[in-house]
Amino acid sequence: MPLKTLINRVFDSLTRRLDGPLMVTLIVLAALSMTVVFSASGGQTFDRSLGQLRNFAVALVAMWIVANIPPQTLMRLAIPIYIGGLMLLIGVALFGEIRNGARRWLYVGIIIQPSEIMKLGVPLLLAWYFHRREEGLALKDYAVAALMLMLPAGLIMRQPDLGTSIMIFSSGFFVIFLAGLSWKLIVSAAVAAAAALPFAWTMMHDYQRQRVFTLLDPMQDPLGAGYHIIQSTIAIGSGGLLGKGWLNGSQAQLDFIPERSTDFILAVYGEEFGLLGNLLLLTLYLIVIGRGLMIAVNAPTTFSRLLAGAITLTFFMYAFVNVGMVTGILPVVGVPLPLISYGGTAILTMLVGFGILMSISTHKRLVST
Amino acid sequence: MIGTAIKNREAELTVFRTRALFAGFCVLLAFAILAGRMVYLQVIKREHYHTLAEANRISVVPVVPNRGLILDRNGEVLAANYSAYTLEVMPSRVANLDKALDDLATVIDIQPRDRRRFKRLLEESKNFESLPIRTRLTDEEIARFAVNRYRFPGFDIQARLFRNYPHGEVASHAIGYIGRINDSEVKKIESGGLAANYKGTDHIGKLGIEGSYESELHGTTGSRQVEIDAGGRPIRSLASSAPQSGNNLTLTLDIKLQKVAEQSLANFRGGLVAIDPRNGEVLALVSKPGFDPNLFVDGIDPVNWDLLNNSPDKPLLNRSLRGAYPPGSTIKPFLALAALESGKRNPAQSISDPGYFALPGVAHRWRDDKEGGHGSVDMHKSIVVSCDTYYYQLASETEIDKTAAFLGLLGFGEKTSIDIDGEVEGVLPSRAWKEKRFARAASDGRKWYLGDSISAGIGQGYNAFTPMQLAHAIAAIANDGVAHRPHLVRNVTDSATGKVRAFDKAPPQALPFKPENVAIIKNALVGVTRDAGGTGVRVFAGAGYVSGGKTGTAQVFGLKGEKYRESKVAERLRDHAWYIAYAPADKPVIALAVLVENGGFGATTAAPIARDLLDYYLLGKQPDPKKPKLVSDAVKDAD
Repeated sequence: MPLKTLINRVFDSLTRRLDGPLMVTLIVLAALSMTVVFSASGGQTFDRSLGQLRNFAVALVAMWIVANIPPQTLMRLAIPIYIGGLMLLIGVALFGEIRNGARRWLYVGIIIQPSEIMKLGVPLLLAWYFHRREEGLALKDYAVAALMLMLPAGLIMRQPDLGTSIMIFSSGFFVIFLAGLSWKLIVSAAVAAAAALPFAWTMMHDYQRQRVFTLLDPMQDPLGAGYHIIQSTIAIGSGGLLGKGWLNGSQAQLDFIPERSTDFILAVYGEEFGLLGNLLLLTLYLIVIGRGLMIAVNAPTTFSRLLAGAITLTFFMYAFVNVGMVTGILPVVGVPLPLISYGGTAILTMLVGFGILMSISTHKRLVST
Repeated sequence: MIGTAIKNREAELTVFRTRALFAGFCVLLAFAILAGRMVYLQVIKREHYHTLAEANRISVVPVVPNRGLILDRNGEVLAANYSAYTLEVMPSRVANLDKALDDLATVIDIQPRDRRRFKRLLEESKNFESLPIRTRLTDEEIARFAVNRYRFPGFDIQARLFRNYPHGEVASHAIGYIGRINDSEVKKIESGGLAANYKGTDHIGKLGIEGSYESELHGTTGSRQVEIDAGGRPIRSLASSAPQSGNNLTLTLDIKLQKVAEQSLANFRGGLVAIDPRNGEVLALVSKPGFDPNLFVDGIDPVNWDLLNNSPDKPLLNRSLRGAYPPGSTIKPFLALAALESGKRNPAQSISDPGYFALPGVAHRWRDDKEGGHGSVDMHKSIVVSCDTYYYQLASETEIDKTAAFLGLLGFGEKTSIDIDGEVEGVLPSRAWKEKRFARAASDGRKWYLGDSISAGIGQGYNAFTPMQLAHAIAAIANDGVAHRPHLVRNVTDSATGKVRAFDKAPPQALPFKPENVAIIKNALVGVTRDAGGTGVRVFAGAGYVSGGKTGTAQVFGLKGEKYRESKVAERLRDHAWYIAYAPADKPVIALAVLVENGGFGATTAAPIARDLLDYYLLGKQPDPKKPKLVSDAVKDAD
């Protein structure tokens, strides 16, 4: 066999299950991430950028593996993943490790954060559930689905981890919504939620309430809780149209921005790359979301449609909540900027989601023939 | 059936497509909102935020609290603050720093020392920090700079608080000093959740009281929001919250006693700890040579740093807490007490001292310091004349682990848990200790030998203790076997409420010694200064009080066979001199341990220092500066 053919074959078997548009956008985002992380970590050492490179490398391998698993197999894995994740969450509630006042971690030989598993476990299970019930959905089905969603979301809320809880709730809600939950129900649930707000207020932790106060009036506590928002809006605003240039953001480099390589990395990016950079980032996200929705619409089964749709919309939620909080229009909840913030776990979960999208997009030909 | 299924599937697909389309629309809307917000921030309000960012360090200004004062037991100020103007620069805003400094030197007096110090700060700091070039500007200098300000962008004059140690070198190791916060301290502050409270603070306690009581001394940072003009100068305050000063600390130290001790130690290297045995209050804590803590306050310049850090005299080492020395004969009264407690000896038993000790079948002879020996020696005499042979014999009959366990009761081999950091444990040798210490040696090297016990029996060999440990142990004996945790802080005055909080003392520890045995030892210690032949008699002759004491001379270097002759030995190889004491003998109010590195004999070098201290503390007598001491030749050798 000529070498060229061999190389072609190997290349083909490696890339067969990958989705071109997603892959290209992903690489651009990864490069952007390492650039910004370098600046956000002080612009002196490559430690963090290389760490981020490693995070992406590990996540890409995981993505490739998942992309090669057919959706039918994923469907069979839905229940075990969900049940396993739920058990671990209960384990966290009972014997979890407490750090910074929150009980989110569990020691099982290594330290893990089980809420991460549920970010994919919940949409997987709900998509499987609606797939089985596709012949006519009754009200009861939505009630069961709601229960399956609220259980993990509630456990995570109590850890407390508001950010992750919101994300998991959204991912489940997107499945239910795409499955055809009636508008009447959605509207009445929204009204009920609004009515329950005062009740929820009493249930909230002090620090969560403080965040709401802070959003309404950041100057109330300028050295403490309001500091994040004040400094990040100053950073982004002062960036202007074209930005101050890479490594030149005074807000970022002067340490005014807290959590600047993780949750608040957009402030560094926005200050140094300006409005143009921000619009580029939003465009890249739009490409990912558009491509994801296309994959969902063209998917052959209910399961894969719902799953692809929910993963895509959850990705959107990450982007929206993070950008919203850093620009000061949403309260501060701990949600990273997808594929840009430093941190291995978030990137891994995100890329496993991409892997599922790619699996759905590349396996449909086999199913439809 | 199949028809409905297909219809359902069709219907479901339609629903999904509608919903997906709706979701897509929502996504676009949401992104439009975000994009709109970004346009608002980055285009419409850009000027506003640009101004804020330019002057950010002024828009919300932390107001640094006054650091708490440190006072001695009589209210004398040991560490205070003063406000002064400093010239600072943001290096990142200056294109050519060297040239700018040259220009600046024509306006303001900048010494080479200031330049060196600044260069060092520059190397250690991040780009965007504001760094001091000159502190304590005169009014004239401020005026001159103000006129020339336009020539020096990036330079500014700031009012800052400075720490001042009015007594300079005196008690420098106990008080410690503050210095600029370094990277590892930043991490510690952040992980302690104190980052907000340290905004605006650029100094932190590094050593001694300043270091260990940082959380009491620092205070709570306030904040001030100010409107600023285009030039970055504040026009008016918008809102503020006042800072809360740090708490004042009253120490147990008596700075006058401390001075007497330091003058008396003169040019020697050494350590001295004096404790009130009734409560554990540390009255003096000396380590010589010392250093001037004021040098560290605005960042030490490299020349002075090298002098301190590389000096063979190690002025930065706190010898009282961190220097472990063989205790020599000062260990004898404690070993005698151990023998009484275990029943190994009774006070009347005598030995005959031929001037050496030998084991049957061993050629080696362990020599006594007195040729020909002390004759018939009982326990009392063994302490008074410091007879080695008595203790060689005792040690040869005593299991080392039992000795170690007993000495452990008195705090040897462990930290005394004094309330400042950095104390070392010293070495209290035992079989297990040797096994561990020489873990990598052959089994011969790890084994405990009888010879090891015999050396340890007169305080040589592996033993090593700090002056703090010896002072603590003699204080416990002076206080009839009741030990108090030694401490330097007497009370804390809360700056907010004015309330005085006494030092949180652990309950005193009654050691399990028989009172009559302790009395025998104390009686012998008094004999050291009063009985004929006592090693302290000459020095304490004519004192207007009765004291107990014990001399000690610790070998630095084993001189084989040859008789030790002080004058022949190089200064650094000379023996260390010890003296431990307490007074008055009937109701002790002070107990102390003094160590003089390479001081020679304890009786001739260390004991006179103890005498000076007791004379001052009990009688108010200032030491006579002209008193002949053995300082002169020691100094010559050191130079």
